[in-house]
Amino acid sequence: MFLTRWQPLVGNEVNRLQHEMGRLFGHLGQQGNWPAAVPAYPAVNLWEDEQNVYAEAELPGINQDALQITVAQGDQLTIAGERQPLETQGTWHRQERGYGRFSRTFQLPALVDADKVEAKLEHGVLLVTLAKSEAAKPRRIAVKSE
Amino acid sequence: MNSEVTKQNGSAVASRPTEATRTTTFTPRVDILENQEELLLYADLPGVKPDDLDLRFEKGELVLHGRCQPRGPQGRAVQTEYGVGDFHRVFSVSEEIDADKIGAELKNGVLTVYLPKAEKVKPRQIAIKAV
Repeated sequence: MFLTRWQPLVGNEVNRLQHEMGRLFGHLGQQGNWPAAVPAYPAVNLWEDEQNVYAEAELPGINQDALQITVAQGDQLTIAGERQPLETQGTWHRQERGYGRFSRTFQLPALVDADKVEAKLEHGVLLVTLAKSEAAKPRRIAVKSE
Repeated sequence: MNSEVTKQNGSAVASRPTEATRTTTFTPRVDILENQEELLLYADLPGVKPDDLDLRFEKGELVLHGRCQPRGPQGRAVQTEYGVGDFHRVFSVSEEIDADKIGAELKNGVLTVYLPKAEKVKPRQIAIKAV
């Protein structure tokens, strides 16, 4: 038998918990799109700089082959895949990890070049680097003086 | 991996300052299974490299601590749905475990720990002799 020791929450942890709860239940009661309480999986962090958009997701236990990454319409990124259930016999004491198929599509902050997308899966963390399309990159405008 | 389980020397002590400076520590999600031979623990530790994992079994407690190196590219954050930090969780194991035979592996961000039961608690098939 396993028992988990209670760990007090500290500082940021409380904020993160609130944020997580907001993410899980935030759209409850909105628009009536049911089921509302299912969290979006995977959670995704996005960054951008002048050249690229970066998307990172935690996907532990997922093989490279079971993952599909697609870009549509220049700014719609889809991360889809499947995590296989454990094939082990025995009595469960705890089952907190999920498994099954998932798919998530979201809007990128800029148009990207679908031919210049790189994805890397390392230690269960996926990082997708998407090069911005030329039109979306900032341009320096030369100012003429007369 | 196996040797790390019972390691209580300098490396575990040396890692303390890093642990103390971290502000966020997460509780990893786990699956725990038991069969006749062993207890099996699976933990999701995305971003933890095998060298950054500290696993100890002491006085019936399994202590898991995974350090997560800071990551994420430079640039402006557009959307932040999760935080990155260390993973920590302690389990009390009431079953008698053969501590020398504990094994662990970390693959694709998933840790698997094998905790074999001590010989004396394993169920035994009793051979019945016909007289």
